[in-house]
Amino acid sequence: MMYDRIAANRRNSIILVFGVMAFLVTLGYFLGEYYGNGYFGIGLAVVVGSVSALVSYFGGRGVILKISRAKKIEKKDHPQLFNVVDELAIASGLPMPDIYVIQDSAPNAFATGRDPGHAAVAITTGLLDKLDRDELQGVMAHELSHVQNRDILFSMMVGVMVGSIALLSDFFLRSVFWGGGRKRSKNKGGSVPIMIIALLLAILAPIFARIMQMAVSRQREYLADASAAQMTRYPNGLASALKKIAEDPEVLEVANRATQHLYIVNPIKPFEKRAKSLFSTHPPIEERISRLLEM
Amino acid sequence: MIVFLIVVIIVVVMVTGLYNTLVKLKKRCENGWAQIDVQLKRRYDLIPNLVETAKGYMKHEREVLENVTKARQQAIDASSVKDQAAAENMLTSTLRTLFAVAESYPDLKANTNMLAVQEELVSTENKISFARQHFNDTVMAYNTKIEVFPSNIIAGMFNFVEREFFELENEAEKEVPKVSFE
Repeated sequence: MMYDRIAANRRNSIILVFGVMAFLVTLGYFLGEYYGNGYFGIGLAVVVGSVSALVSYFGGRGVILKISRAKKIEKKDHPQLFNVVDELAIASGLPMPDIYVIQDSAPNAFATGRDPGHAAVAITTGLLDKLDRDELQGVMAHELSHVQNRDILFSMMVGVMVGSIALLSDFFLRSVFWGGGRKRSKNKGGSVPIMIIALLLAILAPIFARIMQMAVSRQREYLADASAAQMTRYPNGLASALKKIAEDPEVLEVANRATQHLYIVNPIKPFEKRAKSLFSTHPPIEERISRLLEM
Repeated sequence: MIVFLIVVIIVVVMVTGLYNTLVKLKKRCENGWAQIDVQLKRRYDLIPNLVETAKGYMKHEREVLENVTKARQQAIDASSVKDQAAAENMLTSTLRTLFAVAESYPDLKANTNMLAVQEELVSTENKISFARQHFNDTVMAYNTKIEVFPSNIIAGMFNFVEREFFELENEAEKEVPKVSFE
C-alpha cells in the first residue's frame, strides 16, 4: 500500500515535469516560429523547463517555506514539539525532519521536501498553542505520513511548477491588457504572439487550477489520517486536533493558490465552505473525524 | 546459445536483487533493535537528573526515590535478556509511583526543571514503545520476505534466518508481577 503510494507519487511527479515541459515546448515553438526560428524556441523552452524542474526539485522546499514565512526552530525553542516529532520519526523509521514554525494564529500545518531525507514539517503558532500532547502527536503523524509516502514530493513539484505558471499567467494576462495597446500602435504584428500566449494562458489557467486541486485528492488526506492512526495507535488524538482546527474560523494569511493544497486543512476558505465545497482541495473535516473515530 | 546466456543473465540479476533486498531488510531489523537500546540508555541517563530535582522537594518520600535509583542500577547491571526485561519493568513501575507521589507536591509539579525532565521521560517512554513497534514491523517484513517465494530460495542458500519479535524475546516481561500502588 505504502509502496504503491510512493511509486504513484514518483510517477505523477515525472508526468508533471513532462507535462509542463510539453506546454513550454509548444509555447516556445509557436513563439520561435513567429520570430523565424521554431527550433530555437524549442531549445529555449527545454532549457527553461529543465531549469524550472531542477529548481522545483532542489529548491522547492526553500521556496515554499519562504513564502509561508516559516522559521526553523531548534529543540530548545519548543522541546515538546521536537520530542513528539522525534518519537514519530522512530515510530515510522524515517529520519528526523527539520521543524519550522509559522507565526500565525490560524491553526494549520504542512510538510514538504523532495524525500524523507530532505523533509520539513511546519506548524503555525496558533495550532501549537491550541493542542495538547496527544493532539500534536496526531497532527505530526499525519504530516509524517505525507513524508513517508512521498506525497510531499508531488505536492511540492505541483506547488512550485504549476503554481509559478499560474501566478505568471495571472501576471501576464494583466500586463497584456495593460501594455498591449502601446505595442500595437508601434507595430501592428507585434501583439500577435502575445495575444496567442494570452489566449493559451487564459485557456490553460483554469486547467492548472484544476490540476492543483487534483494534486490533493480527498483520498490522499484520508490515507494520511489512516496512516497517522496506525503510527500512533491513537486515532482520537488526531480526531480531536481536527475538531479544534475546524472550530477555528481564522484564515491563514501566508497561504495562497500555490500552497493551499499542502496544508492539513484548507487554509483559505472559511469553515462552512471548507466543509461543504464540492471542489475543495480537502475532504470535509467532519467526515475525516468520523472516519478516525470509527477506527 | 544466446537464449541460454539471456536466461543466465536474468537469473543472476534476479538473485542479486533478492539477495540485496534481504540484506537491506536484515540491516533494518538490526537498526531497529539498536534504536530500542539507544532509548533505554537515554532513560538511564535522565533518571539521576529527575531524582536530583525531586530530592529537594520530596523530604518524606526518600524510599520512592531510592527505589527508582535501585531499579535503574539493576537494569544497567542486568546481564541476561530475561533479567533486563524484569528490571526495565520494575523501573517503569517505580517511575510511575514517583510521578504519582509527585502529584501531591505542588511546588515540585510547578518546578520548570521537573517539567522539563518529565517531558523528556514521557517522550523517552514513547520512543521506547514506538521503537519496539517499529522493530516488530521490520521483523515482520523481513520474516515474510524469507518465507515467500522466490526469495525463500535465496534466503535458504545464504542462510538468512527468521528473527524473533520483541515480545517473544521477552516473554519473561509478562510474567513479572506488577508492582501494586498503595
